[in-house]
Amino acid sequence: MAVKIMIPTPLRQYVGKQDQVEVEAKTVAEALSKLASEYTELRRHLYNQEGKLRSFVNVYLGDEDIRFLQKEQTPVNDNDVLSIVPSIAGGATE
Amino acid sequence: MALRIKAEHRDLINRHGARDYPSECCGVLLGTADGELKHVVEVVALRNLRHDPRRAQELLPVADPVGETERNRFLLDPLDQLRVEKDARARRLEVLGYYHSHPDHPARPSVYDCEHAWPWYSYVIVSVERGTAKDLTCWVLAEDGGTFNPEPVEGVE
Repeated sequence: MAVKIMIPTPLRQYVGKQDQVEVEAKTVAEALSKLASEYTELRRHLYNQEGKLRSFVNVYLGDEDIRFLQKEQTPVNDNDVLSIVPSIAGGATE
Repeated sequence: MALRIKAEHRDLINRHGARDYPSECCGVLLGTADGELKHVVEVVALRNLRHDPRRAQELLPVADPVGETERNRFLLDPLDQLRVEKDARARRLEVLGYYHSHPDHPARPSVYDCEHAWPWYSYVIVSVERGTAKDLTCWVLAEDGGTFNPEPVEGVE
């Protein structure tokens, strides 16, 4: 399935400045894995040491958070749009 | 890298910080980037999802839900980010970074701020002391990711 992955600004430097990348995949896991394999510098921003998706990385299929679908096993179809949405958080105290 | 921001945008950020005090406020900076300069074209106030601890804990849990609240933590709703990003893209604008306030704390990034930061984005922090906005500073994550470096702010009228 041809899936479009929308790349947030901080990560565009690792994908040749593109704001979207198209990959062939059947699931979210496969799509992200292919993206990280093609653009290896992305890997440390997407995955932790154990190879799991970092908690700071939100992934949306259309308008749906994959956490509330089938997580990374969520199937994808032709022309689906995945968005990598960086978690934006912070706060005054240490 | 430097951030060019108009006085009206700074005012918006300051007023948002004062309005939401003693909670942290947050929002997004939209504009264009060319080489070393980010030009802020628009500032959009967004919700601090820490006001909704149930949803916030689902997305990015805090270690101490009693001690870490909207008074000293902020979290954006990714759905708000998606909506803003889509709208910005349609108007050929980019997300340049984000702002948030530090109620009764200096406008300097905390360790928590640093641990949660993404490269390239400008992080504007405004200190709000007893309801009054004081200092506005800007920071960008260092190349090695371990610290924040101050990012020069160019004010324009």
